Amino acid sequence: MSTKSIAEIQNEIVEEFELFDDWTDRYEYIIDLGKKNPPLPEKFKVEDNIIKGCQSQVWLVSTFENGLVHFQADSDAIIVKGLVGLLIRVLSGHKPEEISSADLFFIDKIGMTSHLAQTRSNGLLSMVKQMKFYGLAYGTQSNKDLQTEQ
Amino acid sequence: MGEQTQTLDLVSIRNDFPILNQKIGKHPLIYFDNGATTQKPLSVIQSIENYYKTFNANIHRGAHFLADKGTTAFEGSREKLKNFINAETAEQVIFTKGTTESFNIVASGLAKSYLKAGDEILITGMEHHANIVPWQMACETSGAILKVIPVLENGELDMESAEKLLSEKTKVLSFVYVSNSLGTINPAKELIQKAQKLGALTMLDCAQAVGHFAVDVQDLGADFIAFSGHKMFGPTGIGILYGKKNQLENLPPFQGGGEMIKEVTFEKTTYNELPFKFEAGTPNIADGIALGTAVDYIQSLDRQAVEAHELELLQLATNIIENKAGLRIIGTATHKSSVVSFVSDHAHPSDLGTLLDQYGIAVRTGHHCCQPLMRRFEIPGTVRISLSFYNTKEELNAFSGHLDKVLGMLS
Repeated sequence: MSTKSIAEIQNEIVEEFELFDDWTDRYEYIIDLGKKNPPLPEKFKVEDNIIKGCQSQVWLVSTFENGLVHFQADSDAIIVKGLVGLLIRVLSGHKPEEISSADLFFIDKIGMTSHLAQTRSNGLLSMVKQMKFYGLAYGTQSNKDLQTEQ
Repeated sequence: MGEQTQTLDLVSIRNDFPILNQKIGKHPLIYFDNGATTQKPLSVIQSIENYYKTFNANIHRGAHFLADKGTTAFEGSREKLKNFINAETAEQVIFTKGTTESFNIVASGLAKSYLKAGDEILITGMEHHANIVPWQMACETSGAILKVIPVLENGELDMESAEKLLSEKTKVLSFVYVSNSLGTINPAKELIQKAQKLGALTMLDCAQAVGHFAVDVQDLGADFIAFSGHKMFGPTGIGILYGKKNQLENLPPFQGGGEMIKEVTFEKTTYNELPFKFEAGTPNIADGIALGTAVDYIQSLDRQAVEAHELELLQLATNIIENKAGLRIIGTATHKSSVVSFVSDHAHPSDLGTLLDQYGIAVRTGHHCCQPLMRRFEIPGTVRISLSFYNTKEELNAFSGHLDKVLGMLS
């Protein structure tokens, strides 16, 4: 569970990336993240969890507990997996409405905007959309639950 | 083949392609994605500009100076294309949006007029989606069945299987001349002749051939041939469908509208003659004319020297990949165009592409619109370097050095 806000975590990441001199350092860090992130258990690597891209695959799983959304993800490409790891660090453990309305400014500030380009490349844009969609869906669900309880 | 080694004046040739002379970040652009699209020489770019600046008008109608000039230029371009592929007549050269549309015109037309339930359409396991999906759609509407010639481990077609799959039931054989993802040059003429002996119609995808070597449609003998302008140094959004005259006459129109009609009443419309029957609406005039300019450019080059240079590049690229630990080339056919597709035993193609891009190197990574082929090789995709005559050995050597660094980062 995160006590920091989505914006605060993004600022932290931006500060970390400011230490790097050039793109090789940035990418080495992302590759390292990709390697360190625990792989998704095989049982979750099913068709329903796949976000298909032209070049690599991403599996995204979400859970909703005590009003907070948690994400787990994996990719067959290590850079994508590292970038996914950053997205999870920013968005996981927050309230649905915080996720669905999040402004993900850190992607641009760390020089990774090209990964969000509308190419059919790596599904990162689809992943952001999917994470926000989960936020929206869980938000609606919890509102409904509240209404039923009342 | 000449007696002495022909050489191309690469400095002069590269000057014809202004886009090549730029830096991506700190690094000079190395453009190895010619299979996706080739760059355009200045003459082609100027042709488009010149059309819009000096004689834009709708063609094939309107009795005024600009309309006549446009019509002459557009039909002149068709004539150039006719000579380029050695078609019998210019009316057999149809302007389309590109290879994909050419396939859709033929597949949808044959589904209406020719294919019946139980008929077989034969393609190969190395087809681009553009030569798979239109036939699947044709199968859905006609009840025909799609059959596939398998691909061998080295990326060549399994000709023994091809023999067995070809039968009297085969009504269409449609296949790729040069594979976009493997570089394999298929024995087109041989396969076409085998299919035609059994009475099948044949269609050949020449998208990856026309930018590399001369294609003679009469020599090949296929009933239909498709290719795109943008893979032969011409503009995007324009391509060609060639067909034998009687086959094009038998084929129903693809789209209805202006240009493609002879007479319209509310009761019945009669269709225009070739080639206009397949060119409904105002055509892509500027790009059609510029495609003719691209033909002029190709023909201004010493094509033997071009082929010799591309072969040299292919050999060097092959050596570079073969000599790096953990890399494997997908597609090692005896007859290959200048394409080298490879995989790494530890790095994902997408990661390699992302990092090479940081060095200003443009490669294609992924499934190359050939998902069934990638499944056959049990790989998620490849890194593909596809070379053209304006590429140099120096670029390949620079690429080799950067690839080492990238592989190091991913190890």
